[in-house]
Amino acid sequence: MEHEITLIVNGTARRARVPARRLLSDCLRHDLGLTGTHVGCEHGVCGCCTVLLDGRPVRSCLTFAVTVDGAELTTVEGLAGRDGRLSAVQRAFAECHGLQCGFCTPGFLCTVTALLAENPAPTDDEVIDGISGNLCRCTGYQNIVKAVHRAAELLAEEA
Amino acid sequence: MKPPPFTYHAPRDLAAAVRTLAEVDGKVLAGGQSLIPMLNMRLAAPAHLVDINRAEGLGGIEADPAGVRVGALARHSEVERSGAHPLLTRALRLVAHPVIRNRGTVVGSLVHADPAAELPAVLAVLGGAVRVARWDGGAVAVREVPAAEFFVGPMESAVAPGELAVSAFFPALGAHDGVAFEEVARRHGDYALAGVCAVVTPRGAKVACVGVGPVPVVVDLGDLVNLDSGAPDPRAAADLRAAADLRAAAEAVREATEPEADIHASAAYRRHLVGVLAERALREAAREGAAARGA
Ligand SMILES: Cc1cc2nc3c(=O)[nH]c(=O)nc-3n(C[C@H](O)[C@H](O)[C@H](O)COP(=O)(O)OP(=O)(O)OC[C@H]3O[C@@H](n4cnc5c(N)ncnc54)[C@H](O)[C@@H]3O)c2cc1C
Ligand code: FES
Ligand code: FES
Repeated sequence: MEHEITLIVNGTARRARVPARRLLSDCLRHDLGLTGTHVGCEHGVCGCCTVLLDGRPVRSCLTFAVTVDGAELTTVEGLAGRDGRLSAVQRAFAECHGLQCGFCTPGFLCTVTALLAENPAPTDDEVIDGISGNLCRCTGYQNIVKAVHRAAELLAEEA
Repeated sequence: MKPPPFTYHAPRDLAAAVRTLAEVDGKVLAGGQSLIPMLNMRLAAPAHLVDINRAEGLGGIEADPAGVRVGALARHSEVERSGAHPLLTRALRLVAHPVIRNRGTVVGSLVHADPAAELPAVLAVLGGAVRVARWDGGAVAVREVPAAEFFVGPMESAVAPGELAVSAFFPALGAHDGVAFEEVARRHGDYALAGVCAVVTPRGAKVACVGVGPVPVVVDLGDLVNLDSGAPDPRAAADLRAAADLRAAAEAVREATEPEADIHASAAYRRHLVGVLAERALREAAREGAAARGA
């Protein structure tokens, strides 16, 4: 049986017809064409499918689309401003070389956006704890940690 | 890595949920942080899923002097942030990663009963209970299952098919009790190789160990360790006995556990580890309790 659902994705109401077993990650990518959300492991370990559900980061690979019918979601496509200007977190990642291949990046950007919204000036330990659920095979994490601190600076300057 | 097909139910309240569970051969979907990986890996293929995420009245964290009652839909992160129970807060920081904790539920973790999970140890050491509901003769029937009977075996709790765990009750600590949770995991956020949760009161100490038996192993240490033996200073003669007591307690814990070997660690290593962790947890809990007493 298919279910008719509505998701508010990046501020726009989107409808989809999905079987109950459709993962939110697949719904975003296949049904809604938002392929910015990446899928690595599909069992909650790598973090690259992380999206914001009502403002909180969650694993889209461990959530059924039907369960979140009616909810507000933010994906990596929704982080930049309406004018296309990259968000502070995105600019900090670019500036600090917080990405190489970019596969893990959408998950990191969503996770870090939520982390800084809750804790605008995290310590090193808080940053490391905050991103501990996101794996990156390229950067070695040092520049990602720098990018998080840089993003905190940018956000403070722009506040 | 996609879940097998299933029929989906999204009951609006507890009565509808248990009625559905009585009618179909299904599984409850709470936070999905353990069930969905199992579906994705095809380790489980239930014909029906009863999604409780839309059911009214199943959330909530209620604290009173006797303890904290956590509803089936209270997420790990909500309970952690509420700070309603110091030991629960401490244990939750060791559960997975912050992002997983935004969805996973405390009650789901208890029902899932992973032998290496932290929260079952907390319920066990405190002597808490889980409230379980089912549909019986046209009404919701509820029973209260004490922690000692709740954990039946690895990945097996006392929640029978057709039943729904409604809430869990964690008894409050005394004003002068000290607590600690120590574990060793391969990577931050992983299930622990072994872990020890300790409560030290002015009268005595109790620990619950994870990863070293089919269910949390509770060891009552009597007054072998108590707040007066806490935080021994190795230079003071009077504290030498306290240090010896801690070592004896660690040995008692080692003897009470039956760890098994797997790809992550040998049984002998886990047995060694649980003793070291017990000593650390007891020392830390004793120090905390002594500080609370102003000693
Ligand atoms: C990467 C990763 C790392 C993790 N690391 C840890 C860790 O270190 N420690 C740890 O403890 N956990 C860990 N977890 C598991 C996590 O804590 C889960 O949230 C928890 O085990 C299950 O809670 P849930 O609400 O997600 O349950 P679900 O996945 O929805 O359900 C799990 C099981 O319990 C049953 N169930 C759930 N709720 C109820 C209910 N109210 N009544 C009846 N049955 C119910 C379901 O039918 C299912 O069988 C990890 C998970 C992931 C993905
Ligand atoms: S794809 Fe979701 S955590 Fe890896
Ligand atoms: S940039 Fe390649 S995995 Fe992180």
